[in-house]
Amino acid sequence: MSALLEARNLVKRYGSVEALRGASFEVRAGEVVALIGDNGAGKSTLVKCLSGAERPDSGEILLEGRPVVLDSPTTARQLGIETVYQDLAVAPELDPAANLYLGRELRRGGLLGRLGMLDKAEMRRRAAEHFRTLGVQVQSLDVPIGALSGGQRQGVAVARAVVWANKVVFMDEPTAALGVVQRERVLDVIRRVRDTGVAVVLISHNMPEVQAVADRVEVLRLGRRVARFTAADVSLEQLVGAMTGALSQEDAA
Amino acid sequence: MSGDAETTNGTVVTGETAGTGAGNSTVDNEGGAGLPRRTAWQRLVGASTFWIGLVLVALYAVFSALSPNSFPTLYNFQTLLIEAAVLLVLSVGMTFVIITSGIDLSVGSVLVFAGVAGAMTMEAVSPGGDATQAGVGTIALGLLLSLVSGAAWGLLNGLLIARFKIPPLIVTLGSFGAALGAAQLLTGGVDVRTVPAALRDSLGFGQTFQVPHMVLVAAVVTLFGAWLLHTTTFGRYTFAIGSNEEAARRVGISVTRHLVFVYTFVGLLAGLAGFMSLAYFGTTTIAGHSTDNLNAIAATVLGGTSLFGGVGSVLGTVIGVFIPAVLQKGFVIVGVQPFWQPIAVSVVLVAAVWFDQKRRRARDSGR
Ligand SMILES: Nc1ncnc2c1ncn2[C@@H]1O[C@H](COP(=O)(O)OP(=O)(O)OP(=O)(O)O)[C@@H](O)[C@H]1O
Ligand SMILES: [Mg+2]
Repeated sequence: MSALLEARNLVKRYGSVEALRGASFEVRAGEVVALIGDNGAGKSTLVKCLSGAERPDSGEILLEGRPVVLDSPTTARQLGIETVYQDLAVAPELDPAANLYLGRELRRGGLLGRLGMLDKAEMRRRAAEHFRTLGVQVQSLDVPIGALSGGQRQGVAVARAVVWANKVVFMDEPTAALGVVQRERVLDVIRRVRDTGVAVVLISHNMPEVQAVADRVEVLRLGRRVARFTAADVSLEQLVGAMTGALSQEDAA
Repeated sequence: MSGDAETTNGTVVTGETAGTGAGNSTVDNEGGAGLPRRTAWQRLVGASTFWIGLVLVALYAVFSALSPNSFPTLYNFQTLLIEAAVLLVLSVGMTFVIITSGIDLSVGSVLVFAGVAGAMTMEAVSPGGDATQAGVGTIALGLLLSLVSGAAWGLLNGLLIARFKIPPLIVTLGSFGAALGAAQLLTGGVDVRTVPAALRDSLGFGQTFQVPHMVLVAAVVTLFGAWLLHTTTFGRYTFAIGSNEEAARRVGISVTRHLVFVYTFVGLLAGLAGFMSLAYFGTTTIAGHSTDNLNAIAATVLGGTSLFGGVGSVLGTVIGVFIPAVLQKGFVIVGVQPFWQPIAVSVVLVAAVWFDQKRRRARDSGR
């Protein structure tokens, strides 16, 4: 099966820091790929480049085999690529429904809608519906999400990405702040999304979690992909070895 | 879940109706259906607007009790409203700016500039340079010039802030000086004094069914502002940008464009305020607006709009405009030295911001 989204030799510099030094990556439709690597390996930077939040300095990005320029998150979203950022990128003063629909607000019908009036009731209703089907717990739909627990906020951020994605969802450490139960729920959501044919890229430092949910694993080290595994037949030692550099499978891809 | 009752874990949650008692309980929404909706009463009491509104009502009641024959009169009420009308228009705009976590120090100077632009235009097209007898066409032209020049200053502010990323405090401090200086250059520092009598009679002093026209204009602006801020995508983006600018950008909101719009809107309102002030005072009052910016900021913040952005309401701002106004009037009528008014306002203002920060800290540590 060919890649749905592919990165070739991406380079991204922040001043003198080289966050990506020719990183490659690929994900196929309907699979969960875990992107792992030590702190500072460049995972978040790679995700930002592939979701339009940053522009790589060089390298190529292909969607369904065709080169694309992801010059803004909007472009990526229009192509069906959604992201749960590591910093969540939610608006803490807005309520869960407003965050879910941020930038995609539903408007009223007719003239009022053309004047820009929001259909708050409908957004609230559908948001509650989405949260329910995704199993995302929100204590109340009326409070700003800054007042929710870290896990609930993360749930809203995950829901926001999953609801809209139709090709790829990036999740940058979506389970970092979660307790056991909520972590399971997110993993469930990931599997359910995968089953609809959408590709999921999961970034995580939790190896058992990676082995539980991922179909494949790609390992990033010092801004480069250093290894690829099929999750079913990889051991924890191999993963750790690839991350730390003790074991090297491919140097530049 | 609007309207119809749903049962979750044995708790009946009714969508819109108040007082079911289920409002605040945390329901484990395993099935998820019945997210508790806060009752109208809980929402009311939870809002800082409610408490600051109570302060306003209490002040009005106290002054009325202290001076039952002269304070709670129709005439006094009308003057109170008229004198607050110009500041209200400025403060509605300020509310938008502060919600984006910006600030606009230039409103008073832009008001003066717009008034000068309008007045000089009306003089220029009047025979002999005396606009006193000017008709509707001339007045409309003056209004247009006031609005356009106000909006132009706002546009300049917005571009410098949003596109060139210069902090709003610095940009608007600059235009605060520049707009006033430009107004003084245009007039040679002498107030324009020929203002069309028709304008003064209609807008300045006119009233319909006891409602002064100045108040009517301010009310329309306020209602429009409230509509724009609280029910439209424009308002939603204003809150989102103030709450988390980067998040707004990542979901595809064009932050730069929106900020330019917001500052232009404030400039436009300052232009309108300048024209209103012209109609009311019959002169450009060049020297009279150096603290308008601070008054508008104080009113906005007093009304619960957060200087950190992302939070605020037009209703709160209305209350925030009237608390200082009532204090001012009340002190005069009751016979307290009016110098107490700014002191009293400052105390309330600092207290309001202190409460706001306490509330935020309580929330942030509850994460
Ligand atoms: N905006 C930025 N400015 C400067 N340097 C940056 C920036 N973003 C990332 N970097 C640097 O790029 C490198 C890769 O960072 P990145 O956030 O991609 O790592 P990561 O693999 O996501 O790490 P973690 O597991 O800790 O999240 C780091 O050295 C980091 O300091
Ligand atoms: Mg990261």
